[in-house]
Amino acid sequence: MGAAMSVWEVVLRSVAVLAAFLVLPLLVGFMEHKVMAHMQARLGPMYAGGFHGWAQLIADAAKFVQKDDLLPTAADKGVFRLAPSLALIPYLVALAVVPLSPSIVGADAPASAVVVLAATAVGVLGGLMAGWASANKYSLLGGLRSAAQLIAYELPMVLAVASVALAAGTLSLTGIATEWRPWWLLWQLPAAFVFLAGGCAEIQRPPFDMPLADSEIVFGPYTEYSGLRFALFLLAEYAGIVLMSLLMSVMFLGAWHGPWSGPLGWLWTILKAVPIAFLFLWFRNSWPRLREDQLQRFAWLVLVPLALVQLLITAVGVVMMR
Amino acid sequence: MTALDVALVGFGLLALAGALLAVTTRHIVHAALWLVVALGSLAGVYLVLGAEIVALVQLLVYVGAIVVLVLFALMVTRSPIGPSRDHATSPAHRGVAAVIAAGLVALLLAVLLPIAGSGAVTRQVTSNRALGADLFGTWAWPFELLSLLLLASLVAALAIARSRAVTGKEDA
Repeated sequence: MGAAMSVWEVVLRSVAVLAAFLVLPLLVGFMEHKVMAHMQARLGPMYAGGFHGWAQLIADAAKFVQKDDLLPTAADKGVFRLAPSLALIPYLVALAVVPLSPSIVGADAPASAVVVLAATAVGVLGGLMAGWASANKYSLLGGLRSAAQLIAYELPMVLAVASVALAAGTLSLTGIATEWRPWWLLWQLPAAFVFLAGGCAEIQRPPFDMPLADSEIVFGPYTEYSGLRFALFLLAEYAGIVLMSLLMSVMFLGAWHGPWSGPLGWLWTILKAVPIAFLFLWFRNSWPRLREDQLQRFAWLVLVPLALVQLLITAVGVVMMR
Repeated sequence: MTALDVALVGFGLLALAGALLAVTTRHIVHAALWLVVALGSLAGVYLVLGAEIVALVQLLVYVGAIVVLVLFALMVTRSPIGPSRDHATSPAHRGVAAVIAAGLVALLLAVLLPIAGSGAVTRQVTSNRALGADLFGTWAWPFELLSLLLLASLVAALAIARSRAVTGKEDA
């Protein structure tokens, strides 16, 4: 973080990050409406805003604001109210340290890769608090499942990030992307796979959505939520997709490396993140939900060993090239 | 008083308040959540003093993993909403705990206050590279020893859990 940053620059950067945080999840949401509709051979929302229903999510937001903010009698009120914010705000913090190009970054922290991991780990607490405080057995089940899932999938994710950090010799996302070379696509392929699967599990998207499982435990921790607080959880989910796609782009796909990377670097980073976001939507539409025991087995018997082997491969590579 | 002083004292007080509430609250899940406040504020203290990586690892490991594990254990067992007296201890027990805690605080203060100095808080940024080199160079053996200890306790925990499961089967 630059020591001599003027107040205006800090304000400008914060506003830019906040704007990105509010706009990008909406774009992903719109993409989800359309991708889902096409994959299921239907139109999806077409009316709001005129062109292909682009304003549907804004209309949804207006609806959420008008809804009654329900508070279960038996709920632990303070924790219940606090949970959605705790689920959402860490993603804002994480987004602030993700670079779009060497110069376009909200806050260039020296250990930004760890900032991102720590922030997403804190964010999951929001879901746990919601699950417990709702005083609903389905919510509690969902909370239990998300805790078990977080513990299982955080380890392989940290190992995958450790692998690229080791390869680049730095913990800074900007540094990792700068050191990136095209052949890393092959060298770091297992880590990329582990991170993609772990990221999908961390934001609890299908096929790793056992904690929410709307057809079984009625959205788990979110069952009792309505109105704005439910909308905040939805926003957190889309912000999670944005964050994980950008991270995949920055750590594994070379971010701004590409033709005319000087002036157009930021565009490359985003263009590489879009197919990853599409993958998250595609997974949701084509794969059934994993059962709880399958989820745990996949994490501990596939992802963790794979990440450890990748770490070994990376270490050997780094030592041989030195 | 500089801004760093204010930030350090603020995080310190927050950590203290969180810790006190964690041990005095009657709501068992709230105790775990106050622990989040205490551990998170401690990360803030590290950050103010310039130890960025220590602060982040504190968040990642303690808030992201250990508190989640505590919450998981609470949810699996009994975690009623509202105050519960199930875990209340006798006044004598509480008194002894308070005396021991006060003694520990006094001991730590006696050791740490003389070396703390009285000047303003200074921020000494340790680079991640230097920290890594120290941890895996100079302190590599204590580090490995600690991981061995953790591994041993992990295996022991597994052994205890397994042996109970086996005897349980024999009983049935």
